[in-house]
Amino acid sequence: MSTSRKVTPVATTTLTPQARALRSTVVTKAVMAVSGLIMVLFLIAHMYGNLLVFGGPVMFNEYAAHLRTIGEPMIPYSGVLWVLRVVLLISVVAHVASVVKLWRRKVGATGTGKRYLSSKRKATGNQMTYSAFTMRWGGITLLAYVIFHLLHLTWKVVNPGGAHEPYDRVVNSFQQWWMVLIYLIAMILLGLHLRHGIWSALTTLGANTSAVARRRLNLAAIALAVVLVVGFLLPPFSILLGLVK
Amino acid sequence: MKVTLNIWRQPKRDAQGKMESYELDGLSEHMSFLEMLDVLNERLTSEGRDPVAFDSDCREGICGMCGLVINGEAHGPSPTTTCQLHLRSFSDGDVIDVEPWRAEPFPVLKDLIVDRTSFDRIIQAGGYISANTGSAPEANAAPIAQADASDAFDAATCIGCGACVAACPNGSAMLFTAAKVTHLGLLPQGQPERNSRALDMVNQHDEEGFGNCTNIGECTAVCPKGIPLETISRLNRDLLKAATRTDG
Repeated sequence: MSTSRKVTPVATTTLTPQARALRSTVVTKAVMAVSGLIMVLFLIAHMYGNLLVFGGPVMFNEYAAHLRTIGEPMIPYSGVLWVLRVVLLISVVAHVASVVKLWRRKVGATGTGKRYLSSKRKATGNQMTYSAFTMRWGGITLLAYVIFHLLHLTWKVVNPGGAHEPYDRVVNSFQQWWMVLIYLIAMILLGLHLRHGIWSALTTLGANTSAVARRRLNLAAIALAVVLVVGFLLPPFSILLGLVK
Repeated sequence: MKVTLNIWRQPKRDAQGKMESYELDGLSEHMSFLEMLDVLNERLTSEGRDPVAFDSDCREGICGMCGLVINGEAHGPSPTTTCQLHLRSFSDGDVIDVEPWRAEPFPVLKDLIVDRTSFDRIIQAGGYISANTGSAPEANAAPIAQADASDAFDAATCIGCGACVAACPNGSAMLFTAAKVTHLGLLPQGQPERNSRALDMVNQHDEEGFGNCTNIGECTAVCPKGIPLETISRLNRDLLKAATRTDG
């Protein structure tokens, strides 16, 4: 055997097996899973808030204002919102940091060049879902979308119609076809990301215990992804079609 | 039947390799894929050329030695080992690409042979139980539920061929590692070392440079023994439990 490749038959670190395991790919995956599921919970609440646009301007604007006054006077203005923002920011950072670590491992294990030369090899493999195939690049695109979304409706940098009240800004925005198109593309990517992500997160955390569980987890992931995508797309399309003014 | 083979040729480890083309005629469709390579090697030898190096041993699908990436798929088009793949799975006149397993922890030694001792080190790290020597224990002394016995047996059928790694887009050996953790973790004999096994085997898996699992199931699609993806979820549960224990 050649000796050019470094072979490490025994552990060379001074960490205990438990401490090493806490840095392992499995625990990193668990961090990605938990941070992802926190974001899914946020998405469910976010979708609920969006759907209030069908209740008219008063209901929608009061909901937006009330988000900032939860717990007053015991909790300062926007207090709960800021706690949620910090939790979400930590989740996003943890999610991305885990991806970077695991992506590097993938490249280390399979190399950067073409792994198999056969042109008969299918890019999406034997049974990989299209969602699984788009996880990494789809995720990066979603991150770019989230920044755009914040520029649009949180920081008001992108503000078609120039209104101030939340309801008017949402309606003015989605009367623009190109804005609806951006959101449509982003939501399709979100749906794909959630379809594999929810299944993968629950599996990583140990829920895939049998063939029946595998089918149920996949169905749950598909159902939740569809509900969220449809729920998020209802307001923009209703506005574009003039059902909500 | 007649086929054209494009085979990865690499004289030794760390040497530059390339695909080389060979035409074979007069083959029987009942030949196994390895028998076809034997025919090619006899011809190459008689011509004074270097035969194609490939691994094989039992040739009945139970040892895990043979393993080739055929047309970009680990073990080729049918879900079995390469030795159990027959030419009837191909058509007359086919061009067939033959490459070795590709993963950093599986360096190519020559042509189609890769070094899989990284798997041995993962097993050495924790894929065992400790038992006293002496006469065989009484068979009914440790009752095992039928469902556990079946699941443990299914996991134990892993032959360590490495197709899971070759097929995994992340180059992960989680299915292999999880099969052993599941096999021993489901049985009473495996309980004393259950926590340390999960920790040590996953640590060694990572140490060898294998990638992480992303639960997409390419491994199970090519596994000649049909090891299910659930084994990886079991491994995750054991590992997360063992890694977060506070009682040592």
